[in-house]
Amino acid sequence: MKLLIANGHLIDPAASQNSGKDILVENGKVAAWLDRNETRPEGVEVFDATGLIVAPGFIDMHVHLREPGHEHKESIASGCAAAVAGGWTSVCPMPNTNPVNDNAAITRYMIEQAAKAGLANVFPIGAITKSSDGAELAEMGEMKAAGAVAVSDDGRPVPNAGIMRRAMQYAADFDLPVIDHCEDKSLSSGGVMHEGKMSLRLGLKGVPALAEDIDVVRDILLARDTGAHIHIAHISTAGAVEAVRRAKSEGVKITCEAAPHHFTLTDAAVEGYDTNTKMAPPLRSEEDREAILEGLRDGTIDAIATDHAPHHADEKSLEYDRAPFGITGLETGVGLAFTELVHKGVIDLVRLVELCSTNPARLLSLSGRGTLTPGSLADITILDPEKEWTFVAAESLSKSKNTPFDGRSFRGRAVTTIVNGKIAFNLP
Amino acid sequence: MNTEKPYRRRDLLGIRELAASDIVGILDTAENFREISNREVKKVPALRGKTVINLFFENSTRTRTSFELAAKRLSADAVNISISSSSVAKGETLLDTAANLDAMAPDCIVVRHSSAGVPHRLAKVSRAAIVNAGDGANEHPTQALLDAMTIREHKGQIDGLSVAIVGDIVHSRVARSNIHLLTKLGATVRVAGPRTLVPKDFSFLLHGQEFAVDKRPLEVCEHVEDAIRGADVVMILRIQRERQDSAYFPSLREYSIHYGLTNERLDLARRDAIVLHPGPMNRGIEIASDVADSSRSLILDQVKYGVAVRMAVLYLATGGNPASS
Repeated sequence: MKLLIANGHLIDPAASQNSGKDILVENGKVAAWLDRNETRPEGVEVFDATGLIVAPGFIDMHVHLREPGHEHKESIASGCAAAVAGGWTSVCPMPNTNPVNDNAAITRYMIEQAAKAGLANVFPIGAITKSSDGAELAEMGEMKAAGAVAVSDDGRPVPNAGIMRRAMQYAADFDLPVIDHCEDKSLSSGGVMHEGKMSLRLGLKGVPALAEDIDVVRDILLARDTGAHIHIAHISTAGAVEAVRRAKSEGVKITCEAAPHHFTLTDAAVEGYDTNTKMAPPLRSEEDREAILEGLRDGTIDAIATDHAPHHADEKSLEYDRAPFGITGLETGVGLAFTELVHKGVIDLVRLVELCSTNPARLLSLSGRGTLTPGSLADITILDPEKEWTFVAAESLSKSKNTPFDGRSFRGRAVTTIVNGKIAFNLP
Repeated sequence: MNTEKPYRRRDLLGIRELAASDIVGILDTAENFREISNREVKKVPALRGKTVINLFFENSTRTRTSFELAAKRLSADAVNISISSSSVAKGETLLDTAANLDAMAPDCIVVRHSSAGVPHRLAKVSRAAIVNAGDGANEHPTQALLDAMTIREHKGQIDGLSVAIVGDIVHSRVARSNIHLLTKLGATVRVAGPRTLVPKDFSFLLHGQEFAVDKRPLEVCEHVEDAIRGADVVMILRIQRERQDSAYFPSLREYSIHYGLTNERLDLARRDAIVLHPGPMNRGIEIASDVADSSRSLILDQVKYGVAVRMAVLYLATGGNPASS
């Protein structure tokens, strides 16, 4: 089957392309680019992308799909449905499933479940340590062979610098990036929101920015020492952004991602004690938010990742102190990126595509993705930058509805998501 | 001060949400209820036929008894429910509990919980008026109101007073409610204690609120002595023993030496200064026994006014009109 995506505007930063091009898709791959005046091949299905942006498929390198183990929150199938509805052709689930994805069998299981669902590509992230207990290394080589693209202990970051150092040395042998959720738990323990004016006012225990900064600085020193690639997950503080900026300028192999809620909201949103404002790292101060905007603009931050963290409504109905950390994000991430970044002049469309596709594909070494050059895989995200829409959590395709963005209006979104040459989502 | 605007809010979630006139309205109403407790028959029919549920997720004999007596003296039917955290762990969510109670159609739910924000969440889903009897480290509005009533009784007014609050400020809902109340009514508050329990930037508590340009309504002092010097009111907070285990200070002994209220420290205050403590006291730790028992200490007055304040709060929460002074 052949598909021609016609009349659209192609943005493919990896190929320095930013112009009107038609894309011919054949057998799940990009077969050719056609100029507007070229004769179209016979017998092709034509997708009219007039007025739309055609971009290499968006890759959300930080999600929680909850399968195996917590299928009441999300399954790989429901998570992938939410992903393609949000414009993501690929997602990378964190290993904090039950059992933990710390071995090749679980990694393979996740990929099989994704294949069964047939919606988005799933590239699992394996654990750094067995059961993410921070003690013994997990079998990274085996997991990589099974399809894992990075390692992380995500919400249970390795506290022991000695073990983290060996993990980074070992991961480097397999060219696996080590993704760290930077949080020194001795500083954050008991905290449920950002430590600052708002936590003082609301009487909630704070997580100081220092808890993130101190771990980021540790990781920079370890990356310099080991030569491994460290990737900082959901960077949330001005101090961490500055530390990464300096480390990059000194040649340390470091990358980082930011989550849409961190560039959109601040701790002011916690007023009213809505548990859908509780996540780790927490919503920070306005100064931190501005630092993230600057990092997205100047290239310090490499990727936008949603940290999609579904939780059941019953769990989020608990007291603020007791409710679990995390919010959903797959269906709102691109809308927030348009509304808060592109339309407010923080970044342009080229940079948006870099943050959501080019860079995640590059830093996870996803060959054939993150670009639409002929021969690459036909993962395509088609965007309408001007589309006005409202997110209704109750209509979400995720099993969970824990979002602070219910009822929020957006300008700009992904309207069609093509995965491996097939239309996986098309906005009605 | 505008005392004509009626106190219309049915919930009492915190002092932070109240206007100065609301606070004065509650205090004036409490004045009117005071003498009921001195009668031989300590009962009026103001809340006859109304139901008040005291929903306590955290133990507190004193506050619960005070609310219960307040409800009964107004002829309300009062029910006490104590829910230990262990039964919460059985799986019923906070909002389930609230929905179940609401189905029994109470007029008012008085709630105490170790987590900040619980009354606010209940207020969003409950048809009953919600009264906050202490939520985590956030607020304890009736404590601040009874403290204000005690201060008013002995000092005539709150406007222009200097109040020292000493102890574990950061974890204290009593401190937060008092700071909001006292500064809204024109007092200056100075707080002090170990730096681990009194953050340097605690004055951010009042960030965004408007005060006269020449006023610094909340000041964080480096030394206890600086806070107490020249104060009209010295308020001492209870020190929680478990803070020692969490390394906020090394020992109760050291705490009492450096931060406890002794007669020597109290001598720095104005000669007519009064001493308040929300109880229960750790004698010899945050307050020396001779200070606690001196005539300047009004700790039992606080308890006494607590009933009147809670009568006023229940009366207003269930639809009564405030007294005007």
